[in-house]
Amino acid sequence: MINAIKLTNLANMKKIILSILCAGSFFAAQADVPTITGAGSTFDYPAFTKWFDAYSKVDGSVRFNYQSIGSGGGIKGLTSQTVDFGASDAPMKDEAMAAAPGKILHLPIVAGGVAVIYNLPGNPKLKLDGEILAGIYLGNINKWNDPKITALNPGIDLPGTSIIPVHRSDGSGTSFIFTDFLSAVNPAWADSVGKGSMVPWPVGVGLGAKGSEGVAGQVKQLPGAIGYAELAYANQNKIPYADMKNSTGNFVSPTPDSVSAALATAKVPEDFRFSMVNAPGEKAYPISGASWVLVYQHPKKAEVGRKLVGFLKWAITEGQKLSPSLDYAPLPEEVQKRELALLETIK
Amino acid sequence: MGREQDEERRFLPLFVLLNFPDTKMANDSTKTMPPASGQFGDRAFKWLTLAMALVIFVLIGLIGIELFHGSRLALQKFGWHFLTSSDWDPVNDRYGALPFIFGTLISSVIALVIAVPISIATAVYLTELAPVWLRQPLTMFIELLAAVPSVILGLWGIFVMVPWLRVHLFPWLQKVFGFLPIFGGPIYGVSVLAGGIIVAIMIVPIITSVSREILRSVPGLQREAAYALGATRWEVTRIAVLSYARKGLFGAVILGLGRALGETMAVTMVIGNSPQIVKSLFAPGYTLASVIANEFNEATGDLYPSALFEIGLVLLAVTVLVNIVAQLLLKTFAGPSVKPQN
Repeated sequence: MINAIKLTNLANMKKIILSILCAGSFFAAQADVPTITGAGSTFDYPAFTKWFDAYSKVDGSVRFNYQSIGSGGGIKGLTSQTVDFGASDAPMKDEAMAAAPGKILHLPIVAGGVAVIYNLPGNPKLKLDGEILAGIYLGNINKWNDPKITALNPGIDLPGTSIIPVHRSDGSGTSFIFTDFLSAVNPAWADSVGKGSMVPWPVGVGLGAKGSEGVAGQVKQLPGAIGYAELAYANQNKIPYADMKNSTGNFVSPTPDSVSAALATAKVPEDFRFSMVNAPGEKAYPISGASWVLVYQHPKKAEVGRKLVGFLKWAITEGQKLSPSLDYAPLPEEVQKRELALLETIK
Repeated sequence: MGREQDEERRFLPLFVLLNFPDTKMANDSTKTMPPASGQFGDRAFKWLTLAMALVIFVLIGLIGIELFHGSRLALQKFGWHFLTSSDWDPVNDRYGALPFIFGTLISSVIALVIAVPISIATAVYLTELAPVWLRQPLTMFIELLAAVPSVILGLWGIFVMVPWLRVHLFPWLQKVFGFLPIFGGPIYGVSVLAGGIIVAIMIVPIITSVSREILRSVPGLQREAAYALGATRWEVTRIAVLSYARKGLFGAVILGLGRALGETMAVTMVIGNSPQIVKSLFAPGYTLASVIANEFNEATGDLYPSALFEIGLVLLAVTVLVNIVAQLLLKTFAGPSVKPQN
């Protein structure tokens, strides 16, 4: 008898669950507007948000859903085909591309600069170079009045206090650009630490803080601290940032223009997997990096693929006009043309 | 009186009950209940609650299996070396958990050292000493503190607590106790000690609430008997109340410790995130939960995420081990409690 009652209960349960499922699929069927899903870089997120909004006036027949879960998550989502596009602050490695179920294209979508921020009495405007920066983060240069720093800043009275280097503790594209630069200019750094969104920061040297807001917050609070953050964060928090020596010997401030100059003079290979740190241009800001949209050359869902190509064409051309207001550098025209040609191959 | 106590006891967490001397009595009373045979409702109720209780075991088992499965690669590659290595190098794919285990244990111990006296004193005040009209509002405030989200406490930690620690408390500690190695070294503000303090703030409400419930369920007869023998208020509290309830109080502390070991966001924001093992509490450290929160998003490749899964597995193991050790300590040192006299 007990079993009988249990069974009827179970049957009722099944009915309820079935009806819930039916209702769900009914609503899903109603929404026949294609939705393009993407995931990845948090660095791109402000740009995407603005673009999706502006693009809805260009093509109202498509919806977007972008999850800023980090570049690693974006690459995972793309290779497991749970999203239609990924976004990453570092180009994919060869092994990762070989393991993907289809050919993946890299399309640079935004470029930005990483500002070197600091906390010194009187907020002087410092000039720094890659060698000093690497020395500081390796722990070899640990006082602000180190002869190497004073040599570059003759008019400034630097205190003899300790330098506290602050780095990102979470994996981040900003760290990738920063360590890519240090690796490019300093062999000791390249050997002992290397480049990546997360690197083995020399132990016992300074602190790790979570997120750009964490780094900016620590630098703002700690006298003698130095850190790095996207230009937008430095500007919003009104923290002074250094002019960096570029490969031609000029000291350049991070601005959308100087990052564009870096992008225009960087060597961009056919597959767009490039690094633009320490670019050769005279006005180029050396700690610059791009962020990429990752798509399959032959998308699984043809309709969604067509809509995505339409959006990307718009973002690479018209969308770039919105970039400077978000402290990103617009893509140079030559790069735009090459990307448009590559987009034609998607089908 | 006795009835009222039984009512209260029902709301205590299960394992607090298990540690509480008076529960034997409660168990006896279930035995004397009329048998439930023939009553379908009672049977169904029993099986339903049993199923719900088993769900917890199944969940923990599944979490363990999933973590084990996810960390397979790292387990194969590093073996036991993972636990003893201090390397954490995603660029060259070398991983070790030792500094994270160290940071987790140290920050939790600091949290307990700060939180336990505060919590138990508060609970004693609330049940034994405070005027009746004050008890309810005070209790409410403490429970409100438990409702503050972790990330809010973390932000408060960064912008209010850490600067204060750096400018006021830490220099003072260094001046007075600087001869001890744990208070030596440069002061950054963010540190293992700051992490411990923020966790202490988070576990005070838990330990206080549970302790308060336990002290409240100490029979009034205990107190009256002690008073009758001419004991002072302090003696009554110490002998009749605290000593009677010590197993339950120990349980409350373990609950707090569990929370401390796993606490993530607020700690990540103030501990400095530097995987090192140093003597000074003013130096930055790192915890198991923090490294997962920091790095999982951007962990690419195969071995890197696997190593982070293994960190999760280690955290689960540390939590289980600490709880087992605590239970053993309880058995060894707390001894048999005073038996109720009725």
